[in-house]
Amino acid sequence: MSDKFQMRFTGSGGQGVILASVIFAEAAVVKGLHAVQSQAYGPEARGGSSKAECIISHGEIWFSKVIRPDFLLALTQNALDKYAPELAGDAVVMIDDSLDAPACLDPERVVSVPILRSAKEDVGKAITANIVAVGAINELFGLFDEDVLREAVSRHIPKGTEELNFRALSVGKGLIAPELRDKYLEENEI
Amino acid sequence: MSKAVLMQGNEAVVEGAIAAGARFFAGYPITPSTEIAEQSALRLPQVGGTFIQMEDELASVAAVLGASAAGVKAFTATSGPGFSLMQENIGYGMMAEIPCVIVDVQRTGPSTGLATSPSQGDYMQARWGTHGDHPVIALSPSSVLEAYRLTVRAFNLSEKYRTPVILLMDEIVGHMREGVTLPNPNELIINSRKMSFHDGANKQCYFVPEGQYVPAMKPFGRGERYNVTGLAHDVSGFPTNDNAVAGANIKRLLDKVEKNADDIIRTEEILLDDAETAVVCFGGTKRAAMDAIAALREKGEKVGLFRPVTVWPFPEKQLREKCAHVRRLLVVEHNHGQMLLQVQRAAAPAQRVDFLGRIDGTVITPDDIIAAIEGKEGEYHAQ
Amino acid sequence: MPSDLVHLFMRIDHLPHIWCPGCGNGTIMRDVAVAIQELIDDPEISLNRENVVIVSGIGCSSRAAGYLDFNSIHTTHGRAIAFASGIKLANPKLNVIVLTGDGDCSAIGGNHLIHAARRNLGLTVIAFNNNIYGMTGGQYSPTTPNGDRATTAPYGNVDRPFDIANLATGAGASFAARGDVYHVRETIDIIKEAILHKGFSLVDVYSVCPTYYGRKNKKGDAVKMLAWQRDNLIPTAKYYHMSENERAGKKIIGILSYNDYPEYTEEYARVIERASGGKKGGAAK
Repeated sequence: MSDKFQMRFTGSGGQGVILASVIFAEAAVVKGLHAVQSQAYGPEARGGSSKAECIISHGEIWFSKVIRPDFLLALTQNALDKYAPELAGDAVVMIDDSLDAPACLDPERVVSVPILRSAKEDVGKAITANIVAVGAINELFGLFDEDVLREAVSRHIPKGTEELNFRALSVGKGLIAPELRDKYLEENEI
Repeated sequence: MSKAVLMQGNEAVVEGAIAAGARFFAGYPITPSTEIAEQSALRLPQVGGTFIQMEDELASVAAVLGASAAGVKAFTATSGPGFSLMQENIGYGMMAEIPCVIVDVQRTGPSTGLATSPSQGDYMQARWGTHGDHPVIALSPSSVLEAYRLTVRAFNLSEKYRTPVILLMDEIVGHMREGVTLPNPNELIINSRKMSFHDGANKQCYFVPEGQYVPAMKPFGRGERYNVTGLAHDVSGFPTNDNAVAGANIKRLLDKVEKNADDIIRTEEILLDDAETAVVCFGGTKRAAMDAIAALREKGEKVGLFRPVTVWPFPEKQLREKCAHVRRLLVVEHNHGQMLLQVQRAAAPAQRVDFLGRIDGTVITPDDIIAAIEGKEGEYHAQ
Repeated sequence: MPSDLVHLFMRIDHLPHIWCPGCGNGTIMRDVAVAIQELIDDPEISLNRENVVIVSGIGCSSRAAGYLDFNSIHTTHGRAIAFASGIKLANPKLNVIVLTGDGDCSAIGGNHLIHAARRNLGLTVIAFNNNIYGMTGGQYSPTTPNGDRATTAPYGNVDRPFDIANLATGAGASFAARGDVYHVRETIDIIKEAILHKGFSLVDVYSVCPTYYGRKNKKGDAVKMLAWQRDNLIPTAKYYHMSENERAGKKIIGILSYNDYPEYTEEYARVIERASGGKKGGAAK
């Protein structure tokens, strides 16, 4: 990756995309990297669409907003349609497989995975979709070791829900086929 | 693994306040400062302190002043509309010399404005919000760690000079999360108000020794029955209509900040030594400026940064000294040109002062600053 | 000759007070001082004088804080109860007494009155209710009766008035009472009860303002205004022995509502215990 890895997480209020961004920022901090996280506030955060951002870097991060995302997560069609057009050509987009990728996106750069369904059926709780996504994103880019990611998750979930959330991380990880991982790992090495 | 934790600017304010010894918060919820109230409600009772959600901001700052007068370090947090409501009692705190910290996490105004959008439009209100001539100390952080450190410093200055101190935050820093390693609270320097007990017959609770500016304080309930008032008063704390006495007292209130400006003022200079252009900004705006300066330096352009950390009193002398050799000053603020006026006043006649501002609730980007620096003459209103 | 009370509890250097001849405010200030003295002298109570904090706002009434020799704080218009809330929360052992006026506590400060009552924070609020803004020269207040005249109601007051004691009761005050400046002994006893009451207490004391309210409304001099109080404000014990007919047009003097709700700072001490894992509360540092 370039000196900064800029991530944007979008969905609808209640899907936990803000927590997803916080977990990656926390994981970076746990690992000793620099991280800045921010999110859209106000009406946007109360139902409707929701957006959060996270920048990870080996060096100091100053400007805190994401201008040119390297990665976009979209969990709703609305969010995807809203944020896809402003992406640069080399950005990677992860979408829930229930969504239709808009024509402006290069299909080669779109990773479509069953995040919502896996949370419901494989983890057993729809509410864990954001953690499933975290597991999948981490695997896709090979960002953090498992213990680092688990520590980051643990700092932001209610006590007693660790097992459930760690299971969600594993389910997410399992959604990324090895060849897919190798493709993005190289260009986004941290 | 690193000892750092991910923390939001607003949360860091609460941790800084607790480290500084604050044990009382009264406030009213308002975006984008609400996390300070929420975190205070959670954290203060854990350390034996008290949180109360008041009925409005007028009551919040009044309760904070009451708590401080009763001997407990106290603070509140708000944003533009609430900051406007607090102004009368902030002036009371200055007149009656009651220490406290008021955090204003600025948002886009005027009026209800853009409640969740960043702004630095309260810069002049922080200075002139309350009526009458009065002393003001205001500090503005540009990172989460600095939010913590400046909260501690705000309490220290407030206690040392017996005056409300304003922590002028912005949404950029208040709502941002960053990895921080907080200092060990035991290693911090903590100032607490100088106290005095039992002057005997001399109940002069605002008595100031020759050559000093700050009277020692007496808390309620310790055996000294003294009076506190917002009316012009004499050294005994009782109202006076003697113009000479009233005038001398107000002059002392102003002097205690003006004559101690070197102690109060802190500035930051980055890459200024050889700079031909200095970006002058405060608070969260520094973050875009730093990226712009790095990019321009790579291209060989000699650009540096001058940042008032203490935004009031304005570091006029420091700007003149540190930027004496700079040909051009570019003032960058998330407002329509407020600190600009101070910089224009301080700049040498030969120095060019340009401006980049924004009032639409969006954030000034590094590219905006680069464009302004590479641009030609005049002012650059991005919006 | 000033009485012992004046020497003991008033700041002689700052007397005489600024109130007009015939004003009822001096009587209420004395009632407060006597009530405190009797609570100090009562061996079963032994009120500690140094724990008494007098808080006032702005207006004629609020100057009383400067005359009474206790810890005193004369705050901003309307905000006395809010300042007092901070004082009480910071140091719950203090006896915090708010001296305020009808305008101070029910117009500009009405919000703080109802919310302090709702929280049942252990303050004692004494409202010097003279039905007018005296300090600024006779404008109508929230307790000026409908139809009465004031400098800002030259054709008669269109507003309908508050009954401050009922207002506090409606807001959930655990103690609300009414006193006046004619029934001095009764009012002192009510103020003593109010100070002893653990939760929020309010005493609406009917004062007289012959200078502005009385003159504007042809109520006669101070003596006449006191005579009106004698004839129309009836102490509780007497009121209950009166027939319906006799009660017509009369108002009761005494404790109007009383409840044993939990007091706020005691409840918050439990919050501190819960949050700090058993450590005792007490914010003073």
